[in-house]
Amino acid sequence: MDKNLKWRTILIVTVIVVACFYLAPSTFKLPSWWESTFPSEKISLGLDLQGGMHLLLEVEAEKALSNTVDRLVSDVKDTLFEERIPFDRIERVENDNLLVEILSSAYKEKFSEVLENRFPNLEKLKFDEKDKIITYTLGLRSQDKEYLKKFAVDQGLETIRNRIDEFGVSEPTIQKQGENRILIQLPGIKDPKRAIDLIGKTALLEFKIVNDEYDINRALKGDVPADCQILYSKREDKETGETTKKSYLLEKRTLLTGENLTSARVSFNQFNEPYVAIAFDSLGAKLFERITGENVKKRLAIILDNNVYSAPVIRDRISGGRASIEGGFTTAKARDLAIVLRAGSLPAPVKILEQRTVGPSMGQDSIRQGIQSILIGGTAIVIFMMIYYHLSGMVANFALCFNMLIIMAALAAFRATLTLPGIAGILLTIGMAVDANVLIFERTREELRTGKTPRASIEGGYSKALITILDANITTLIAALFLFQFGTGPIKGFAVTLTIGLIASLFTAIVCTRVIFDYFLSIRRFKKLSI
Amino acid sequence: MELIKPDININFIGNVKKVLIFSLIMICISCISLIIKGGLRYGIDFEGGTLVQVKFFTKVGISEVRVALDSLAIEGLSVQEFGEKEANEYLITMKKTTGELEGMSENIKAALKNRFGSDSLEVRRVEMVGPKVGKDLRKKGILAIAFSLLGMLIYIWWRFELRFGVGAILCLIHDVSITLGALSIANKPIDLPIIAALLTVVGYSVNDTIIISDRIRENLKKMSRGRLRDIVNKSINQTLSRTCITAGTTLMVIIALFFLGGEVIHDFAFTLLVGICIGTYSSIFISSPLLIVWERLFPKKKRR
Repeated sequence: MDKNLKWRTILIVTVIVVACFYLAPSTFKLPSWWESTFPSEKISLGLDLQGGMHLLLEVEAEKALSNTVDRLVSDVKDTLFEERIPFDRIERVENDNLLVEILSSAYKEKFSEVLENRFPNLEKLKFDEKDKIITYTLGLRSQDKEYLKKFAVDQGLETIRNRIDEFGVSEPTIQKQGENRILIQLPGIKDPKRAIDLIGKTALLEFKIVNDEYDINRALKGDVPADCQILYSKREDKETGETTKKSYLLEKRTLLTGENLTSARVSFNQFNEPYVAIAFDSLGAKLFERITGENVKKRLAIILDNNVYSAPVIRDRISGGRASIEGGFTTAKARDLAIVLRAGSLPAPVKILEQRTVGPSMGQDSIRQGIQSILIGGTAIVIFMMIYYHLSGMVANFALCFNMLIIMAALAAFRATLTLPGIAGILLTIGMAVDANVLIFERTREELRTGKTPRASIEGGYSKALITILDANITTLIAALFLFQFGTGPIKGFAVTLTIGLIASLFTAIVCTRVIFDYFLSIRRFKKLSI
Repeated sequence: MELIKPDININFIGNVKKVLIFSLIMICISCISLIIKGGLRYGIDFEGGTLVQVKFFTKVGISEVRVALDSLAIEGLSVQEFGEKEANEYLITMKKTTGELEGMSENIKAALKNRFGSDSLEVRRVEMVGPKVGKDLRKKGILAIAFSLLGMLIYIWWRFELRFGVGAILCLIHDVSITLGALSIANKPIDLPIIAALLTVVGYSVNDTIIISDRIRENLKKMSRGRLRDIVNKSINQTLSRTCITAGTTLMVIIALFFLGGEVIHDFAFTLLVGICIGTYSSIFISSPLLIVWERLFPKKKRR
């Protein structure tokens, strides 16, 4: 046997065996010893084929910055109280800076000292002295700002991952995209709205004191006292679905947040209504004890994302660090609330930029129709090739089947996703893969017509067509590669199958078919070429 | 079996004027359609908006769906039938480039369930694209097309000569503009899959052109004394069989996709169908004759 031919045969057999190995997990149920030794990746289906949700979120990182500055405002206030430095106003101004007005220039030195020792990350940006009132504009250092924004995105990603893990979705994809975007893919989600609520909730839990001394109606008319704010509770009636709104006048100061939570779980009260029981860590428990102790007989509002859930009257100091959130929940709502509280709050709110949901029945339809068109389109080509090129057409058909095998195996091996446009890509590859063989066969026929022997004609056909085939396929490959680079989701799937298919077709149509012809013409010494 | 006889000799070059006029007419029709319809119609991928696909289990007419959604008072809302007739499946799209998109699909779902009962329908697909993402996707689509064209031009330039490359690219512009015109006439929105289809058409058309150019180059070496127009004509004829067979096999699968692939991929298949036909036509009738035109405009003293 020709040595060259032997090596080519070995190469082909190796490729077939390797391809079968990679394809096996997708086609059969395999014993566990296989999975531990051999590749076990299955071909993963895109969301458009198996159903599910694709979400692109944007983290509003700027909000994380203003939240931080808001916290700094109240910290600076506390510190100035402690240090007995008289001030007029401290507030957040534009560009997330802090404005501080000190009432007497005598405290200038002391203020600088306090600033340096207690708030080293604040920079003095502007300084103004007028009528003994000193105005400072303070700001965060730019590297701190950058860090905060980056942290908001990273932390947000982590929190969302925790929430999804607790929600229980198999094989979710959660990725950071660009600077402040998060890409989430949840296969097989049944209730998209619930998932969005769970993922998108900021879940900032706050405890604030209700101001009952001031007339709420006066505040509602616009005359809100300083350091107070109005928030609402919205409650949905479980039967009628109507929402009732109630307003609360609250002291702006946040006494405690969900940061100090250690657990949150669903419990039921004596009326069998679900509520969320929360427990604080030691610091939180201490704070909670102090707050309840100092505010007996007042109402403590429990607020989630600026929505008042309940505002029970504090009867006594509460130690032990336990509290409950009631709000007329359904069990599912209570469960989701417990999940988001356990996973923690998002450092900045998120906005949905893109959402694509495909129902499971739709996906099944797509798979069925995709397979149907591959089968029918493929069969038509196989029959045509057989009729047009006789036995040589059969050789081309074998190459075609081999090509499909390689595409499937490569999808599994590279963990690429098969999408509906991906199926179209495979189909298109079938159409174009025979092109290489058509070129070779047409050339061979031309050679035969000049009176050459079958063997010489095949030789000539292959060598003359080779360069043309390469040139032609490379241009389509260029288009596919840029499509892969700039495409998203399903389109990427198209580019992937098209690329793999084109490369595979070079191998199957040029190398494999040649081996078959060489075998019959030079080993078996066939005198006639059926083409 | 032979569909095209080996000794075929059609005078392609002699008819170049007629062909060019025919192409110009098609391009003009495309342009007119685009002008009348106010440019390309973008889908929600590129414009931003919401798409909801619902399937009713009972018979519900399109007007009933419209009435049910009237109460929402959404601007730019459109309802159209999806899939086969009598499938009771509808595609509800709305373009909203500003304001909140979140919850739009939920509102639609609620309004339909309110009107037809909660068990009477199934939401099969929801797509919501924010204006920011739409802009991103549009940018990416344009980049993908631009880079592909550039990449191919450079490749052809490197492998052949500039005159082949220019012919091929002019041919592509011809193919893409007529395909876009067909999309406009058929009132199909331009979406991401359409861009993918267009790029495939581009790849295919160049592929075809290259195969003919390859033959021209080969024949130029063989028959260095012949007239260019004869060589070009002979090359087209020699490759005609291959061109037709490959176009045939490719069209076979695309037709399968067009009729059996389902509604989601229908527009994609439509674009391929039109594009491959135009691409095959242009590589036979346009790209190689352009070589002759180029030769007349910029005559070379010494030909390789």
